[in-house]
Amino acid sequence: MLAAAFLSMLFSVPAARAQSVEELVRQLPDGSYSERGKVVAQLAASGDVRLVPLLEALAAGELNVVEETGQVVTIAPAGDIVRLTDALTAETAGEASKGAVERIRVNNSLRRAVRAAIGQLTLMSDSAATRRSAAEAMFNTAEPDNLALLDEALAQEEHAGVRRTMEQARAASILKTDASAEQIAEAVDTISARGDRAALGILTAMLGQAGDDVRPAIEDGIEAIERHLALLDVGQNVWYGISLGSVLLLAAIGLAITFGVMGVINMAHGEMVMIGAYTTFVVQNIVRTSFPGLFEWTLAFALPVAFLVTALIGIAIERGIIRWLYGRPLETLLATWGLSLIIQQAVRSIFGASNREVGNPSWMSGSFDFYGIAMTWNRFWIVLFALAVFAILLVVMKRTALGLQMRAVTQNRRMASSMGIRTPWVDALTFGLGSGIAGLAGVALSQIDNVSPNLGQGYIIDSFMVVVFGGVGNLWGTLVGALTLGVVNKFLEPYAGAVLAKILVLVFIILFIQKRPRGLFALKGRAVEA
Amino acid sequence: MITQRLLNALGGKILWVAAILLAIAILVPASNLLLPVGHPLRVPNYMVALLGKYLTYAMLALALDLVWGYVGILSLGHGAFFALGGYAMGMYLMRQIGDRGVYANPDLPDFMVFLNWQELPWYWWGFDQAWFAMLMVMLVPGLLAFVFGWFAFRSRVTGVYLSIITQAMTYALMLSFFRNDMGFGGNNGLTDFKDILGYPIQATGTRATLFAITALALAVSLLICSAITRSKLGKVMVAVRDAESRTRFIGYRPEYVKLFAFVVSAVIAGIAGALYVPQVGIINPGEFAPANSIEVVVWTAIGGRGTLFGPIIGAVLVNYAKSWFTAAYPELWLFALGGLFVAVTLFLPRGIVGAIGQLRQYWRSRSARDEGGAPPETPETEQVAAEKTVRARSTAVSPVLGAAKPQPAE
Repeated sequence: MLAAAFLSMLFSVPAARAQSVEELVRQLPDGSYSERGKVVAQLAASGDVRLVPLLEALAAGELNVVEETGQVVTIAPAGDIVRLTDALTAETAGEASKGAVERIRVNNSLRRAVRAAIGQLTLMSDSAATRRSAAEAMFNTAEPDNLALLDEALAQEEHAGVRRTMEQARAASILKTDASAEQIAEAVDTISARGDRAALGILTAMLGQAGDDVRPAIEDGIEAIERHLALLDVGQNVWYGISLGSVLLLAAIGLAITFGVMGVINMAHGEMVMIGAYTTFVVQNIVRTSFPGLFEWTLAFALPVAFLVTALIGIAIERGIIRWLYGRPLETLLATWGLSLIIQQAVRSIFGASNREVGNPSWMSGSFDFYGIAMTWNRFWIVLFALAVFAILLVVMKRTALGLQMRAVTQNRRMASSMGIRTPWVDALTFGLGSGIAGLAGVALSQIDNVSPNLGQGYIIDSFMVVVFGGVGNLWGTLVGALTLGVVNKFLEPYAGAVLAKILVLVFIILFIQKRPRGLFALKGRAVEA
Repeated sequence: MITQRLLNALGGKILWVAAILLAIAILVPASNLLLPVGHPLRVPNYMVALLGKYLTYAMLALALDLVWGYVGILSLGHGAFFALGGYAMGMYLMRQIGDRGVYANPDLPDFMVFLNWQELPWYWWGFDQAWFAMLMVMLVPGLLAFVFGWFAFRSRVTGVYLSIITQAMTYALMLSFFRNDMGFGGNNGLTDFKDILGYPIQATGTRATLFAITALALAVSLLICSAITRSKLGKVMVAVRDAESRTRFIGYRPEYVKLFAFVVSAVIAGIAGALYVPQVGIINPGEFAPANSIEVVVWTAIGGRGTLFGPIIGAVLVNYAKSWFTAAYPELWLFALGGLFVAVTLFLPRGIVGAIGQLRQYWRSRSARDEGGAPPETPETEQVAAEKTVRARSTAVSPVLGAAKPQPAE
């Protein structure tokens, strides 16, 4: 039986054009991989859209053949038997025992052929996205056989973006033919204008087999792509740096405020961030169980809650502990460190030591492409959020009475007190504000980091570095400090590795402090000499 | 007469403490080695190692106290010096393993064979010699402290800024030592030691000897610190702590005073680390963790900074509590430690020793009042004089909020 099928294949293939789609599909299970590849190519030439799911199932290895009838089906297991679905018509085709069906095997070369066939079939689809991905698939396979198809598609394509992709696919296909030098030069231009790694791969492969007349054109193309890629690399690093910097900014900005006003480094600051993240977790759980419809809005609810919770805790800490320690900044540092241990252990006792899952709303998951730079939505929103928090804080500091008093106390506590400012009250509110902002940072960080009791510890040292580097009493210092450290870190990483980059940044800060002991944007005047 | 001057230079009370340490150095190993197992007075083997560990911690706390309690430099990176001393000792112990490692390579430590290294890196040269390793134990932390302090103190980095960059220093070192490429065993550190100076490191006799050496080293460091703080230089140190600018205007160079104290302190911390490693049997990058250094600060604070035996008491007490808590109530330990931080800074700003001193002073003044009339005119014994300086210091250390006098540079 097998031999008979093999024989029939052998003779039928040359005359295949005339065969119907149904007959071709029946030929899929048997024969050598290369023969089956030819069958797939003929299927593609038929232009029958029903074939797309079939071919996809074939590539995924989900296509089966019923051994007795030769019918090509997809199967769904149901106990000892399997339910059959005709792969072409998508109609149910009864049931069979597990032994009666056999999986149609595929190898990589067949899979490639299948993918190209799918591309060919989808090139004429109604949806622009489908057409584009089809053209993309053809660009990657770059089969000269596709040329006619691409020309046909190009003739009726109106969408500019899809057109461009199709032209690139066409150019890639031309390179595989024995086209004239001019045609090749033109194709190389089209491909190098694309400027990504796939284009680079195609041109590099081409360089090895190109004749001397087209070689310079290809070399120019490769160079252009490499320049573009290098530029993109820089852009990508800047983006990563800004993204890291915005996280540092969020974590450090509250610290900068409390440090500026009270001269106290609050070691429990990281724990405020952690509490903010756990607040998000709790809010999300409540929303999930009580108002599942509002899940997308979780973060909007979590922000004010986290701010209030952490601000209140901050005020409590200030009233309970820190106010007894004014004038002894180093001891405050120790007391807040002790507090951070207590808070960490308390959270560990309540929520457990393991990581907690905080879900991303749909508008924060996934990524997008910005002129060739890959950006994830959550990072993007966090950068915006950090800048928004910074802007709001700036307004609070410059335009409100509280901000005015805070600045007064920062610059000269005793004078401010003489002018009638209730400095203890300002201290408490400042500490609450700083802690509240840490809580906001926690909401943002819950989206990109593990929510665990150690969340805050990971950021605290980096935040110190930002504050110390940026200088006290000036929010801009914190902004510049955070972004600089973020970008420098990310630029060092490709050369030095992540850990070494961090070490270098730390050493840089230690050296920098020697040069400017009060940071980038230091306050001037007598207040500094405390 | 020479003895009298020596006594004055070292301080009477400190001599007593040193004598007690000497007695411990003899009695604990003796009871461990000579008494039969099961004897009620015998110190069990594990206890010898544990006490030895406490004493190295005490040395570390003493070192920190010299810079924090007497010069006002709050170093949050003293664990780095301790760990560096420990690594120098660990490297010597690694070389002593020779070809008895898992891979039986006579030239390379196991982890280098594992990483496919072909030859010993240059910075490991010489560590097969005990004298060289001992030299490095003191030299490496001392040199780091010198370079770091030279830059930091000359640029007048003070207060919180200095604390933060010392923390950055130990953090950077921790990250570096975690890297396998550094050639210090990476994550696992150095362990699996066999011999020290030819004696098996696990043997009871070796352990008892190590304990005795540790107690002696602590006693000697105590005497050295005492001599420094009671000298004229010690007075300048306290002056720098209480009013750095004033001291500078008078004509002293505070940066050199600070540098001296910082380097001496780092060397003592390094020796403590070197004694710690053979008794614990491992050194890994975790010792550099900033949290460890902060914990040292709290030992010192609890015992009483600005006193020489305060840190020793603090280190032993806190670590004993830690051993007890982590065995009995592991989840409560962080609450207890955190609570200690808060309580000590709020209620015992001068630590246990300081509080006892204040209590005694209170009782004395009360009994004097009860007897009526003026307090008896007794000739000032050395003890009273010492306490008076402590008292004078205390008013300077804890400034009253809102007081009009200049605040001390912390």
